[in-house]
Amino acid sequence: MLTFIAKRLLQLIPTLFFVSVIIFSLQQLLPGDPALVMAGEERDPDVLAQIRKQYRLDEPVPVQYLYWVKGVLSGNLGESMRLKEPVLTLVLQKFPVTLQLALMAIVVSLVVGVGAGIISAVRKNTAIDYGVNVVALWGISTPNFWLGIMLIFLFSVHLGWLPASGYVSPFEDFWLSIKTTILPAFVLGNSFAAVLMRHTRSAMLQAMSSDYVRTARAKGLTERVVVLKHAMRNALTPVITLGALELGTLLSGAVLTEQVFSIPGFGKLIVDSVFNRDYAVVQGVTLVTATTYILLNLLADIAYVLVNPRLRS
Amino acid sequence: MATTTAGSAASTATQWASETPAARAWRRLRRRKSAMLGLVIIVLLVAIALLAPLISPYDPAKQSWTLVRKPPNWAHWLGTDESGRDLLSRTIWGARASLMAGVVSISIALSLGVPIGLLAGYRGGFVDALISRITDAMLACPNLILAIALAAFLGPSLTNAMIAIGITATPIFVRLTRGQVLSVKVEDYVEAARAVGNPAWRIAFRHILPNILPSLLVQATLSIASAIIAEASLSFLGLGQQPPAPSWGSMLNTAQRFLTQAPWMAIFPGIAIFLSVLSFNLFGDGLRDALDPKER
Amino acid sequence: MQRRAIKALAIAALAAMAQTAAAQSTLRVGLAEDPDVLDPTLARTYVGRIVFASICDKLFDIDEKVNIVPQLATGHEISPDGKMVTIKLRTGVRFHDGEAMDSEAVKYSLERHMTMQGSFRKPELAAIEKIEVADPATVRLLLKAPFSPLISQLADRAGMIVSPKAAKEAGDKFGLKPVCAGPYKFVERVQQDRIVVEKFADYWDKGNVHIDRVVYRPVIDSTVRLANLKSGSLDLIERALATDLKEIKADPKLKLATQTEIGYQGLTVNLGNGAKGKDGPFGKGGAKAMQALAAAIDREAINQVAFNGEFFPGNQWISPRNPYYQEKFPLPKRDLALARKLLAESGLKAPVEVDFMVPNNPESRQVAEVIQAMAGEAGFDMKIRVTEFATSLKQSEEGAYHAFFIGWSGRVDPDGNAYIFHKCGAPQNNRGYCNKEVDALLDEARTKSAVPERKAIYEKAAEKILAEGGIIYLYHRLVIIAHTQKVEGYKQLPDGLVRVVGVKLKP
Repeated sequence: MLTFIAKRLLQLIPTLFFVSVIIFSLQQLLPGDPALVMAGEERDPDVLAQIRKQYRLDEPVPVQYLYWVKGVLSGNLGESMRLKEPVLTLVLQKFPVTLQLALMAIVVSLVVGVGAGIISAVRKNTAIDYGVNVVALWGISTPNFWLGIMLIFLFSVHLGWLPASGYVSPFEDFWLSIKTTILPAFVLGNSFAAVLMRHTRSAMLQAMSSDYVRTARAKGLTERVVVLKHAMRNALTPVITLGALELGTLLSGAVLTEQVFSIPGFGKLIVDSVFNRDYAVVQGVTLVTATTYILLNLLADIAYVLVNPRLRS
Repeated sequence: MATTTAGSAASTATQWASETPAARAWRRLRRRKSAMLGLVIIVLLVAIALLAPLISPYDPAKQSWTLVRKPPNWAHWLGTDESGRDLLSRTIWGARASLMAGVVSISIALSLGVPIGLLAGYRGGFVDALISRITDAMLACPNLILAIALAAFLGPSLTNAMIAIGITATPIFVRLTRGQVLSVKVEDYVEAARAVGNPAWRIAFRHILPNILPSLLVQATLSIASAIIAEASLSFLGLGQQPPAPSWGSMLNTAQRFLTQAPWMAIFPGIAIFLSVLSFNLFGDGLRDALDPKER
Repeated sequence: MQRRAIKALAIAALAAMAQTAAAQSTLRVGLAEDPDVLDPTLARTYVGRIVFASICDKLFDIDEKVNIVPQLATGHEISPDGKMVTIKLRTGVRFHDGEAMDSEAVKYSLERHMTMQGSFRKPELAAIEKIEVADPATVRLLLKAPFSPLISQLADRAGMIVSPKAAKEAGDKFGLKPVCAGPYKFVERVQQDRIVVEKFADYWDKGNVHIDRVVYRPVIDSTVRLANLKSGSLDLIERALATDLKEIKADPKLKLATQTEIGYQGLTVNLGNGAKGKDGPFGKGGAKAMQALAAAIDREAINQVAFNGEFFPGNQWISPRNPYYQEKFPLPKRDLALARKLLAESGLKAPVEVDFMVPNNPESRQVAEVIQAMAGEAGFDMKIRVTEFATSLKQSEEGAYHAFFIGWSGRVDPDGNAYIFHKCGAPQNNRGYCNKEVDALLDEARTKSAVPERKAIYEKAAEKILAEGGIIYLYHRLVIIAHTQKVEGYKQLPDGLVRVVGVKLKP
């Protein structure tokens, strides 16, 4: 087991290296000149030259890359050109917001996805199965931004029940915080629910045809007890680990959802920075997101091996 | 011949049924009504996209400045947009952009991802390690950000959006192919093919690929669904189809501005996206069940 | 008797204090964009100026008719040769950190604008040779040459005075916690979420400051911004859409404040910047090709279709309401026959393919589509290429376009809308327009101060520029501010900024 973990940790190094290369090539890929974007209407050749020099934009790319890596290794993610604020500060400011959104979304998706998966497996190939299927797939089949717009229209513009946008920290005002994040969390959770539904359904089907469920049935236990106590317990472990493996999609999904709801989290920061060519921020946030994703993956992998002793060899 | 070896190995494994695997899959697929529903919608959408010039009541780009933002009525069943264009016609033509984006970008992803995955899985060693780490790295970066960067780099157009989506969807297929190859590699028929002295590429394409095809097919169908969403997202951000040609994503982008006054502008393209993505998801899920050897 | 009066006064004061403590009034403003760095020297966005309006006072300001009025200054005098500007300062003014706002501080601030690394104010103050402190309340600006737009520059960010002590301490991080002499003190900023400012007790005009706190929230989507205003989670929003005006007017809880903008929106055609300019349709077809395109466009129709007729069609770099508008060149009507004739004369063969670069926002896209349809009838095949902001800037600089739909937020002085666009090789002249005669006129206008005199010079320049200059001016937007009935006494000025001084908030 320890060698497995050690091996996986070792693999992190080249992965992170490639992540950093991809992140840095984003800068080369994106057309446009950050100095020009920064200047906007105020473009004066001398000022532009000065900015390029100040942010080392006039140096060769490999040199810029080395400077960046050097900074990152010493804990300095650089500074936002646009806001003059250290990227690390921005990251620390935004991370809790997206984390809250993600956690709430996970709750939504667990309820919808796991519930739908169990029902659909138990009632396999019946009308209920198909109905539940469509409901669970609904979230993954609607573009986040469209669902967001429609919900804003319905709940904020039309009914006036919820604020249309913005974000309040739960430490400031708990209920208002829930109110501002419930719609985006629902949108985000919905798209993740289908993923969980798929895993749950197949894990449940497998569990239902296993020996211990058959034994439980033979003992004359009610179907309810068989499903909830025996099958579900065994099916849930792989669901959770497999679910964690796909958590990255949740972070990706947050990108547009935050944009639509004006939630000041990672997603909005990164999209705005891409369009503003605020490279240091794009690089810093992508790095943190990618690292989080990789670590979650690692944890999920380890957990998966732990619950499936057969895989240890 | 090697192929017969593979064929007979497969048939011994499934001796309980005398039908071919494809026929069995089709029989099972037909049993899943939701999958069939998906298939029906897909066929319908494809028909609509192909027949767009014949069935759309108006020219999708024809502006009519006296008919700006009219609600659905008898002349314009889905209403008109901000420049007085017929929304039904635009939604019909938009099907072309969306379906094309879905199919073409996933074809790109398949044609890049499968060979690379085969290479990694079959070769193993350093090549495998290198490819796997790059794949991990790409999967770790937010998909949409990669797509935005690529689309912006290539310049905004539907073709470039499809390329961008295709490239970002590639790692999934690399990983899937590689994993499948690893599990198939040790099977008897592959060993046998190798023993007969077939070259590696031949084994990979003739013996391994056919056996991993079902799972690729399932993944491709599901990926088409997400590619349609990705295209809509890019167009929503202005990086896809160029005006005046319609695309569901860009129609939504415009509609956002008139949400309270002309909600129909947002509702219909949204429903169109929903239906097409749902149909591919339903079909893909059904296909997965049908092709799953564990299920009876 | 007197004692009792004092007592009564004290009680009244206490009561007033208690009242303000009990009901802290907060004005919540919805911004259309997220502002950039809040350092007057380094800032460059329009939306940032809205926030500055409450935290950083300027030497001068403008009034409703775009006249220059004193703010931190009390007046100015220009020497007969135009090379020395003497500015008298308001006395007893303090910065938010308690430091005195005097001539030394003004000298420091202006020099900071002129020399700091990455300063965007440098070109605006380029005419200044030297700054002298005459006495604590007087500064003298010695100019390299007469420069009449200077005072109007000092009515914008270049005229914002910062606390020298705070600026020296913070260096280029000053924007994270700006310290100026405006009516409101900076409290906090959460990027992309909110900027909070609170009433500055020692403000020089504190009698007119009635609201305790202002919170600025960027809400990019206009529908959502309006929804927030209607639901009461915002009190005032800027840049409401023209197409939403009817809805706002119909809502009894809402009020409107509007003004014609000082900027313009137009179509820039590439006359000779790069290969796409020289070999493009407008490089080859020259002025005739540009005039043909202009004649094909129906400005009023654009206004009706895209903006419900609420904006102002225009044909010059200033709006028909500006004193510098040249009545000699009135708004032309669409003339399709003329357009076709001019196109034929230009030597180009219809259909003329035009690479039409359009900023990535729905409003621009819609106007571009309307232009596309109009120009199509005259023989132009406008291929729209929606380009995101960053890319379009680069490509316009490189000349990688034939036509570009782009506007200008506008400056108070007409020079700010003309000089950098029309002078040969000027920073905003990305279409390769160059006419030495026009250059001389633009330079001459900078040396004159009287309106009629300058207007006459601009008339000569306009004759050339409008006929051959490569910018087809289309319309001037309406600055639309919507607020709830709770907000009282709000007045809108043409620059679009939100000024909170003088505004009251009903509970």
